[in-house]
Amino acid sequence: MKSLAELQAIKERMQNKVALREGSGDMRVVVGMATCGIAAGARPVLSAFVEEVAAADLTSKVTVSQTGCIGICQFEPVVEVYEADKEKVTYVKMTPEKAKRVVEEHIKGGKVVTEYTLANENA
Amino acid sequence: MKEISLNILDIAKNSTKAKATLTTITINETEDTLTLIIGDNGCGMDEETVKNVSNPFYTTRTTRKVGMGIPLLKLSAEQTGGSFEIKSKPQDEFPTEHGTVVTAVFNKKHIDFTPLGDVTSSIVTLIQGDPQVDFLFTHNKPQGTVSLDTRELREVLGEVPLDTFEVIMWITDNLNEQYNEVNAQ
Repeated sequence: MKSLAELQAIKERMQNKVALREGSGDMRVVVGMATCGIAAGARPVLSAFVEEVAAADLTSKVTVSQTGCIGICQFEPVVEVYEADKEKVTYVKMTPEKAKRVVEEHIKGGKVVTEYTLANENA
Repeated sequence: MKEISLNILDIAKNSTKAKATLTTITINETEDTLTLIIGDNGCGMDEETVKNVSNPFYTTRTTRKVGMGIPLLKLSAEQTGGSFEIKSKPQDEFPTEHGTVVTAVFNKKHIDFTPLGDVTSSIVTLIQGDPQVDFLFTHNKPQGTVSLDTRELREVLGEVPLDTFEVIMWITDNLNEQYNEVNAQ
């Protein structure tokens, strides 16, 4: 069983890293988690982003957070990627598989996955 | 909603929006019924608002004029022959003991009963989304209890935030292990 002692160990490992987290915010991944998003499958999409960002060792640079209804419910699950000095990218009809690709190609590689974007959907 | 656990995630988020510092999620299961109780110490609602929230054309949000969260939970309980209730104490009338309690009772044996689904994932998502607030989760099953209190975790973690990846994974594993143990009984 995962014990509180293990949690204590996590705390000790993390304390040094907390200072680093403060200076983060280079990139923000925001998942729409209102009723519309949740019903459309946003929960596993969020989990996928959290796990993939950690697996890519990018937690100090990239924050994954949740927001309410973005207003385009027919395109849920919707994910927005914000990066300093760049235009916001809106990904639509997301799945955990698509999330994995976005982390690999966009978050890590810097190249927007155009085929999943709202702009592409509307084209 | 495909799973009741998704309703839990959706409705518990209202508590955070109501500025609750503690949200209590309780599931009481018997052989035949499942009772879901989501309570908070948030700002509460006046009587008029409580009446309105079951109406899908009422919402507090500004992006759209429709709020489906509560109507969906009410529907999924009532379609099993169960019941639904909201009680609320607004902060301006009850300065010391304000908050809201939502109770939904489901008949598990009814053909329209939605499965509970992945509760662990919903609890973890709630904590990840609002790591500054506390959640007390208790799931009483006939064969045993699964529980988590973020206040206890916070005591151990000090200033390390609850949404740290390793902590999120610890909570996921801890809840899944508790479920495995209870379900093996």
